[in-house]
Amino acid sequence: MNEAGVTCVEFIDRNILDEANIQAIGDEISELIDSEAEPKLLISFRNVDHLSSAALGTLITINNRVKEKGGQLRLADIDAQIYEVFVITRLNRLFEIHETTEKATESFG
Amino acid sequence: MAEPNGATSGPMRVSVENDRDAIDRTESEILLRLESLGYPKASIFAIKLAMEEAITNAFKHGHAEVEGDPPVIVEYSLDDTEVVIRIEDLGPGFDVDKIPDPTLDENLTVPSGRGLMLIRSYMTSVAHNDKGNRVELVYRKPRGDRVG
Repeated sequence: MNEAGVTCVEFIDRNILDEANIQAIGDEISELIDSEAEPKLLISFRNVDHLSSAALGTLITINNRVKEKGGQLRLADIDAQIYEVFVITRLNRLFEIHETTEKATESFG
Repeated sequence: MAEPNGATSGPMRVSVENDRDAIDRTESEILLRLESLGYPKASIFAIKLAMEEAITNAFKHGHAEVEGDPPVIVEYSLDDTEVVIRIEDLGPGFDVDKIPDPTLDENLTVPSGRGLMLIRSYMTSVAHNDKGNRVELVYRKPRGDRVG
């Protein structure tokens, strides 16, 4: 967690494809959400080259949980190809996506 | 399928186990050959995404009620103009027209149901057999990147 009270998450694997792996990521992030009263969560896609619809599903579940707790979620550092996936699925309307983690951090209320 | 530049192949038929390494090996085999044929980065991204979704669908949905966790069949042929990938599962099939549109406002917060939509968005054409247990993905290489 940084000094703005924001929990930042980065992926280690460049390919977020495997369902078991995605499930584990979702569980870990859920623990972070559960540990905060009104979580401020920032997910960086800096190291991500590929993702699957299962990964999008987990992001939606995370978003739903954050919102239930009155928290905020931001996504950042998404490259053009990955961003296109969000546009095609219209998930760019659901998530608040910023170019950089710095801009995303500044956007938290 | 023979081509003047000799850089061609297919159809190849692979039995893919429901295992991350096995799926990665098959996808890598296809993608590396496409890279050697000059398919651009955006095409590789698109084909990788579509293959991954189709194979995942075959195991997760196609084999949902099939005993024993059997493999799916991936058949492919490719050259420097297009790649055709067919994925077949052993399941009972499904009605592709019954899948809800995940881009509707009311479905945006639903975690599932985007795989087929992504496949259709990235591939040149997508066709299912009547039963719904085999999908054919066709991707035509963008014109500016064709040599012949």
